[in-house]
Amino acid sequence: MNKKKLFAFNSQLLIPVIAIVILVIFNLFRDPSFFSVSIASNNNGDPVLQGNLISILNGASELVILAMGMTLVTAACGGQDISVGALSAIAGSVFVKVLKSGGSISPGLVIGGFLCCCIVAMIFGAFNGTLVSVFGIQPMIATLILFTCGRSIAYWINGGATPTVTSPVITAIGGFIPGIPVPTPILIVILAACLFALLFRFTTLGLYIQSVGINQAASRLNGIHNVGIKLLSFIILGACCAVSGVIGVSRLGLINHETLLLNIEMDAILAVAIGGNSLGGGRFNMIGSVIGAYAIQMLTITLYAMKVPSTDVKAYKAVVIILLVVIGSPVVKEAAGRFWKKISEKGTAGTGKEAA
Amino acid sequence: MENDVLLTMRGICKSFPNVRALNNVDFTLRKGMIHALMGENGAGKSTLIKVLTGVYTMDEGEIRIDGEEGAISIRSPQEARSHGISTVYQEVTLCPNLTVAENMFIGRSERKTVDWKGTEKRAGELLESLGIPARPRQQLGSCSLAVQQMVAIARAVDTDCKVLILDEPTSSLDDNEVAMLFRLMRDLKSRGVGIIFVTHLLEQVYEVSDQITVLRNGELVGEYEVKDLPQVELVEKMIGKDLDDLSKLKGSVPAGGTGKEILYEAEGLSSSESRPFDFHIAKGEVNGFTGLLGSGRSESVRAIFGADTVTGGKVKVEGKEVKITKPLDAMKNGIGYLAEDRKRDGIIADLSVRENIILALQVIRGIMHPISRSQAEAFADEYIKALDIKTSSPETPVGLLSGGNQQKVILARWLLTHPKYLILDEPTRGIDVGTKTEIQRLVLKLAEEGMSITFISSEIEEMLRTCSRLIVMRDRNIVGELTGDDLTQERVMRTIAKGGGKDE
Repeated sequence: MNKKKLFAFNSQLLIPVIAIVILVIFNLFRDPSFFSVSIASNNNGDPVLQGNLISILNGASELVILAMGMTLVTAACGGQDISVGALSAIAGSVFVKVLKSGGSISPGLVIGGFLCCCIVAMIFGAFNGTLVSVFGIQPMIATLILFTCGRSIAYWINGGATPTVTSPVITAIGGFIPGIPVPTPILIVILAACLFALLFRFTTLGLYIQSVGINQAASRLNGIHNVGIKLLSFIILGACCAVSGVIGVSRLGLINHETLLLNIEMDAILAVAIGGNSLGGGRFNMIGSVIGAYAIQMLTITLYAMKVPSTDVKAYKAVVIILLVVIGSPVVKEAAGRFWKKISEKGTAGTGKEAA
Repeated sequence: MENDVLLTMRGICKSFPNVRALNNVDFTLRKGMIHALMGENGAGKSTLIKVLTGVYTMDEGEIRIDGEEGAISIRSPQEARSHGISTVYQEVTLCPNLTVAENMFIGRSERKTVDWKGTEKRAGELLESLGIPARPRQQLGSCSLAVQQMVAIARAVDTDCKVLILDEPTSSLDDNEVAMLFRLMRDLKSRGVGIIFVTHLLEQVYEVSDQITVLRNGELVGEYEVKDLPQVELVEKMIGKDLDDLSKLKGSVPAGGTGKEILYEAEGLSSSESRPFDFHIAKGEVNGFTGLLGSGRSESVRAIFGADTVTGGKVKVEGKEVKITKPLDAMKNGIGYLAEDRKRDGIIADLSVRENIILALQVIRGIMHPISRSQAEAFADEYIKALDIKTSSPETPVGLLSGGNQQKVILARWLLTHPKYLILDEPTRGIDVGTKTEIQRLVLKLAEEGMSITFISSEIEEMLRTCSRLIVMRDRNIVGELTGDDLTQERVMRTIAKGGGKDE
């Protein structure tokens, strides 16, 4: 029984865990100090954690949150939302617009701004979801619309300017809360993960999403509202976009509708894939996507630490990703499965002899 | 007579894992004859056709064709065509966005370039000679389905075709279109083409065919001249009597719920797929819809469950008028439905046995009230034990189980909801005899406990054993209702055969 559970864990999370382990080993050999974490004090004299490990966890925050939402959409609809970057830019712009509306930036105003951009992002998510679930358009085509025009909408919201927002509250969201040495984005990711855990614990959404993703006809005959479930997955992803948009804006203290979380949709989809989830929908494992997202970020930081010029990083990344997806492909998996079976058969034959 | 033989198949055998699809089947087709291939679901018709067209390779047997020395081997659809065997399938497999002429000649040019002028001219001549009302330059998609079907036939016969296989060509055509198709078939027949006609509709067989070959459970029942075989006998031969060990159950037919309290009542119920019908079932009654495949029996129960778009009718559950327009409505009113197509409409293949078992109950309870993991495991264990589901663990994906065990998982799913009324559409199809018996016993036991059950099966013996009332359907209409002493195979067959009212 125990062995079976272990095996189930293996098959689902094998690839992302392997990716992380390989990167860790590689870095240990290259430069053990890569993993050193130290406490330094920032400009305000507060203690803060520093080191590559922290910047990996911190830098991956937006990606992790988007990957979690993307996992749901992928599972329910068997397709991906490619507009998450653009939607995050819209959400960020709305956030800044609200902050700029008042005189001074109070914590209350920040909360109001977050709620506003959350609602806006969820409405856009619902728009994508309606195209997919009601009109039956393929997710990638449906979200291509917002992918194309999203950053223009973000541009209109702030009248074409790239306004800056300076406030201790914003610095606290994008950097550190005074007295807490852990970067706030990491805390936000933990909070989001807890929210998802609660969602799956206290509702049946996980079961319904997988059911719809695997067999729509049978799900319908069991009383599941297919359209509603798909729509809901897009709305949740919209909320994820709002959170990552707010983090992105707070890091820089300004909104740049052209560059905020640019191209992040591809990394988010990749995280889902590396996480061992089928991009054709159905069964999903959100932990896999999260580990996948961190693996991508770790790869990026490793490359930077190796002094690879930022213009070349993408090419190196591509090589590693080719390796990862080939290892995760059904052909290699099957071959590995056969190999594994052979070994375990030999193993049991051996123990059998011993017992005799 | 023997000189007329066009195609002979002798001793054809074909097995799949766990199933013997064809066992020593012979088939003979003569020149200028329309030969109907008949049999219920799983009889082996489509397997035989697929062997002949090279989709499957037979395990044993030989095929000979007129004009060729010795037995031939057919390993691919291309080879079948090179032997002069062409097929037109139920669904039109042409390209609707191309023109009629393009569809007729695409993929057949020996040269790299196509002489479109010549092609169009040849297509025009062919269409005219066959009397097909289509122009070569017309886009195929703009033609009616019947004409598309006929274009497909024209394409097939133009490739020097000796044997033409029509696999349920009439299933989506209306009466006029069928007549048009039949004219074309007779025309081809007069040119010496041998036609194999696969259909479920008795009337069409008698209208157009010369000979009939009947298959049942993968075996040959016999070859008959149409004029020598009355409809009743044909139905009997198709349905047959199965000689399994189920006879033990016989005689245990419950007295039936007639006279007891009515549980479910529908008046003029109709859906997008079914014609209006009246229906009722009493508490603890087991009744069934019977009829040949395509008679509308499944569509009727789907309307009861709200599985198709309900278009009208009044429904009462326990005397109260209720609205059932979607599956969840039916489920909340205590109705369960085991769908005919287990793979498409039943199992969620990648989910575990446990998740599949709790699914329906979970949906009834609602999204905010999840069944706890420990409770779900308890439910799963309980029903795995009660129904003797053979699975290595409750966490095994249900798709890895055998057909019979998958069916039991879906039964467990509905039993867990404690329905008042359970609809079982072909619960015994494609599963082993042992499980069939178990399921029938279960049906009778549940009925004794007060559950109302509607049971549908292609195997009439099963229905006679379990049901106290049979509703007989033919060509999408209810043509009779049998109870008590009338519940015999002969009466059912007579009702099916005569139901159309046009035959005598």
